[in-house]
Amino acid sequence: MSDTAQSQPVIITTQPDKAGRQPIIITTLVVTVLAIWMLLAAFPFIWTLWGSFKVEGDFFSKADWTNALTGPLTTIETGGPFTGAGYHGAWVQEEFWRAAMNSLIVCFFVVTISLTLGTLGGYALARSTYRYAFWFLLAALIFRAMPPITLVSGYLPVFFQWNLWGHTATTIIVLVAINQPFTLWMLHSFFKNIPAELDESAMVDGCTRFQAFRNVIIPVMWPGVITTGLFSFLLAYNDFAVTAMLLSKENQTMIPKVASFLGTTQTKGNVMFAVSSVVSVTAPLFLMIMFFQRQIVGGLTAGAVKG
Amino acid sequence: MKHRSFFWFVLPSAVAMLLFIFFPIISVIVQSLHTEHEQVIRTVESCDLFGCKETTTIDQEATAALRAEKPLGQFAGLTTYLDRNHLAVDEVAMTWGSAESLRDFGTQMLNLPFYKAMGFTLTFTFVVTPLVIILGFIIAIAVNSATKMIRGPLIFFSLLPMMITPLVGALILFWMVDARGIIGTTLQQLAGDPDLSVKASTPLMWIMLMVYGVWHSAPFAFIVYYAGLQTVNKDTLEAARVDGANRWLQIRHVVIPHLLPLTTFIALMQLMDNFRVFEPIVSFSANAHATSLSWAIFNDLGGETRQLSSAAATSVLTILGIAILLSPVLVRTWRDFDRK
Repeated sequence: MSDTAQSQPVIITTQPDKAGRQPIIITTLVVTVLAIWMLLAAFPFIWTLWGSFKVEGDFFSKADWTNALTGPLTTIETGGPFTGAGYHGAWVQEEFWRAAMNSLIVCFFVVTISLTLGTLGGYALARSTYRYAFWFLLAALIFRAMPPITLVSGYLPVFFQWNLWGHTATTIIVLVAINQPFTLWMLHSFFKNIPAELDESAMVDGCTRFQAFRNVIIPVMWPGVITTGLFSFLLAYNDFAVTAMLLSKENQTMIPKVASFLGTTQTKGNVMFAVSSVVSVTAPLFLMIMFFQRQIVGGLTAGAVKG
Repeated sequence: MKHRSFFWFVLPSAVAMLLFIFFPIISVIVQSLHTEHEQVIRTVESCDLFGCKETTTIDQEATAALRAEKPLGQFAGLTTYLDRNHLAVDEVAMTWGSAESLRDFGTQMLNLPFYKAMGFTLTFTFVVTPLVIILGFIIAIAVNSATKMIRGPLIFFSLLPMMITPLVGALILFWMVDARGIIGTTLQQLAGDPDLSVKASTPLMWIMLMVYGVWHSAPFAFIVYYAGLQTVNKDTLEAARVDGANRWLQIRHVVIPHLLPLTTFIALMQLMDNFRVFEPIVSFSANAHATSLSWAIFNDLGGETRQLSSAAATSVLTILGIAILLSPVLVRTWRDFDRK
């Protein structure tokens, strides 16, 4: 084993590296796979974004799919090849802005509260060497496996009984709790990477555990916290099961609102409201992935690579 | 870390999980053993010219009072579990007796709501999970072979299907597959059948839901494998190359063994997530053709009549399903920890 390892550099230096030269078949194969995958991954979004500025007759065109690109019916009905009618209908007429505001409130509080609880818990779990820390993490893993909708059926009778149903605050706390197992696991593995000597030396100097956490750990924990925060945000933003069941109509967030367009307005022929609201929901996510791509990739792989 | 400080640090998060994850599970179990009170019926004897008649009326006040007093309802034992909408013991026994073949038995079972949901959920889980792993692996290898310059944009677009809200992502696909949508019309032309509609056909709907499932989750497998590929030992690869291994053999004997532990992780996450498949069924309005356990709970909870006990029973059965699904993994984690 050590023999081969030692002879390695010699071989690399004496033989020209072939890695850069690929057979033509492999190159074609790679390009084909990537092209197909890019088409599958990106095309639906581009198509829907483009189509959201058309009228229904063009977006759903049985006669000729190119109608969705050129928009002949849109030109006839509205006078131009593009129309913002869908957006106007959804945001103004159906008050989608209200749902957007609600989503903003829910996401903001879910992210702040889960991170506060999660950093405290995750830090303790990373530093404790006792067996119960492991059991705690295992319990969190089991909780992570519970489908949120099964929990919702546990909340409803109690929430009705105590008049907690329908309020934004209830939903925020529920989403924070559902988020906790994941947040704990993620922050736990981030804190494990911060050397324990750092806070231990602070404690030797006379800090209490909490002071060490505050003065030594908090200043260096932000990369991990930002990544975890992104995922908390995604969970709150993307949730449908909890928000659809626990929020009253006026407190509805965007995703249940989109779903409600399907039930009511589709029959009225206003499917374009749903299309434009879908684009509106997707746009912030687009920007988020663009700006935080590195953190998201890091976060997704952190759990895997460390086991 | 001292016990005391550990306790105070984890307390807020432990309380949150206890109150909103652990107690609801208990509450679901208790609720599933009860059913709603029957309405209180009062018999009133009313006499008129033609003699006396007994009439029965619903005593609204007494019913309301009873429901307020005992909100859980009356104890019903396992009856909710055994009724037609859940395990349907009687119906299954009857079908077993009357079915001509195993195939016939299977088809009839899929008419029962619980088995219909279970059938789809399991098929979805065990078809989508391996496909996600294979597709994710292929994409990871391909992206890893691309030049460094374009990898950033490639990863960006690859992440989209996974990061987009499931309900929204499924809707986008659904509109394209619609009989008037771009994929729908293309399918009609390819099949030469102008009436072909995914919405109307059960097998097509199942396929479509699974295609969505793979599309949605493949990026996750991709990104994990891609990260794994960055840590493949270059020396081992070089050694394999020098020993005459071609590209396939290098992948087979160096890369795949390196990525195997990651596969366990992906499979675990995917099993958990695919078992709760729910949003695509709402988006595709597929419930006539395919339902899942999560959808069945959602359906019971929504609507005018909230069937809490029925939803609770399905929830308990779902949780049991997850427990069975995850038990091998949990046992292994526990053993690994024990060895340390």
